[in-house]
Amino acid sequence: MGVVADTWSWLTTGENWSGTGGVWDRLGEHLFLTLVCMVIACAVALPIALWLGHIGRGGALAINISNVGRAVPTLAVLVLLTISPLGRSELWPTVIALVLFAIPPLLTNAYVGMREADRDVVEAARGMGMSGGQLLARVELPLAYPLIMTGVRTATVQVVATATLAAIAGGGGLGRIITEGFNTYRTPQVVAGAVLVAVLALLVEGALVLLSRWLDPMRRRTAGGPASGAADADAAAGRGVPVSATS
Amino acid sequence: MSKGCLAANEWICGEYVRSRQEELTDATLQHIGITVASVGIGLLIALPLAFLARRYRVAASPLLALTTILYTVPSLAMLALLVPMLGISVSVVVTALVLYSLTILLRNILAGLESVPEEVRESARGMGYGPLRMLLTVELPLSLPALMAGVRIATVSTVAMTTVGGIIDFGGLGNLLFSGLDSVFKAQVLTASVICVVLAIVADLLLLGLQWLLTPWARSRSRKPVRARADDAPSDSAEAEAPAGATPLAGKAV
Repeated sequence: MGVVADTWSWLTTGENWSGTGGVWDRLGEHLFLTLVCMVIACAVALPIALWLGHIGRGGALAINISNVGRAVPTLAVLVLLTISPLGRSELWPTVIALVLFAIPPLLTNAYVGMREADRDVVEAARGMGMSGGQLLARVELPLAYPLIMTGVRTATVQVVATATLAAIAGGGGLGRIITEGFNTYRTPQVVAGAVLVAVLALLVEGALVLLSRWLDPMRRRTAGGPASGAADADAAAGRGVPVSATS
Repeated sequence: MSKGCLAANEWICGEYVRSRQEELTDATLQHIGITVASVGIGLLIALPLAFLARRYRVAASPLLALTTILYTVPSLAMLALLVPMLGISVSVVVTALVLYSLTILLRNILAGLESVPEEVRESARGMGYGPLRMLLTVELPLSLPALMAGVRIATVSTVAMTTVGGIIDFGGLGNLLFSGLDSVFKAQVLTASVICVVLAIVADLLLLGLQWLLTPWARSRSRKPVRARADDAPSDSAEAEAPAGATPLAGKAV
């Protein structure tokens, strides 16, 4: 129980929160890194995934990139980049690693979402004379939206976690509190850092769940209708559940 | 050329692999041991949990919520939280990895059990199968592809995540990554990274082979649709294949 009390006193000590290297400083770095890398990763991955999904090609690439991303240890990439010439700057190894590991979930989920957009609906829209662009924007995108957002959520949580690891290789962020604690054998600081990181990851996950519900293009259309419940249940039972939800 | 590559700190160095063979073997064996223990224990816990969640539906969603929360905790934080509880030992790493693999396995086993067609269950019941016999001889075999997909995902991500254990010196090849980072030892970092990826691929292929051995009916069925497909829905076979490979999951952030 001593650890809990010591951790609590670490967390309630004002000096630990303020100044350079304080919690607020590290949290700022962490959020900034996460945001920048997610913007870059989305800008790279989503157009490719939507285009591939729209034309229906490159499925093997879109699926396999996730398997590759899973097999390559994030830590190894971070360490490799840090001791490579790129490692002379503190920022680049972290940014590159974060973007690299955010792309697979974005790409795979968005692609699968596009391909799983109900073919009958897509055909019907085509029959109504919609052009490729209209089809993409008004039919496929709204239908693929849940999985696209799953990808965004998964990738963001991944980036938050990877940004923590970046501290091992000399990057900034909240992970630094943990690694500094490890190096100086200060267990309360290690635990306090871990609690902060865990809370941040859970908050980010929760916030994105709420955000994706709020932004859902189908929200108003199906609100209250019995169809929405049925469609949700269908989607949940039918496909990516074992996987898409394990962010 | 090969004589000076250690002194020159080159990325690719045969001399390194030769002279540190023992160190590399030990690290690889520790890596494999941690991975096998983690996924094995994870499976031993996930199976009964999945059966319970299936039998008592109320337990399912809190259980899934809890494992999802555990899964969201970044690995470095998880290790840091477990160290005060378990001390600096290999059990810290194994416990963290068990918790992560548990989530993947539980979801996949549940999805597999859900996917057993109700008609199959009905006919088994009609033939006088009790719940346990039905579970062991009907539901479990039919959900094996989903289960094995889970085991493969869990294993591959566990191989990658074990490296983080290097922070407390129980990370298999991760130990070499940490010491290589401190001493800027390029050959060591690259060699350890490559072995890690190779381990993940080999483990995945071995599990794929195991699945092939365990599901003889799927082998003959995979040939059948070619005949049946002519008038039947052609999309059917494609969809049946999807769950194993087309898992739109990101894997655990390390």
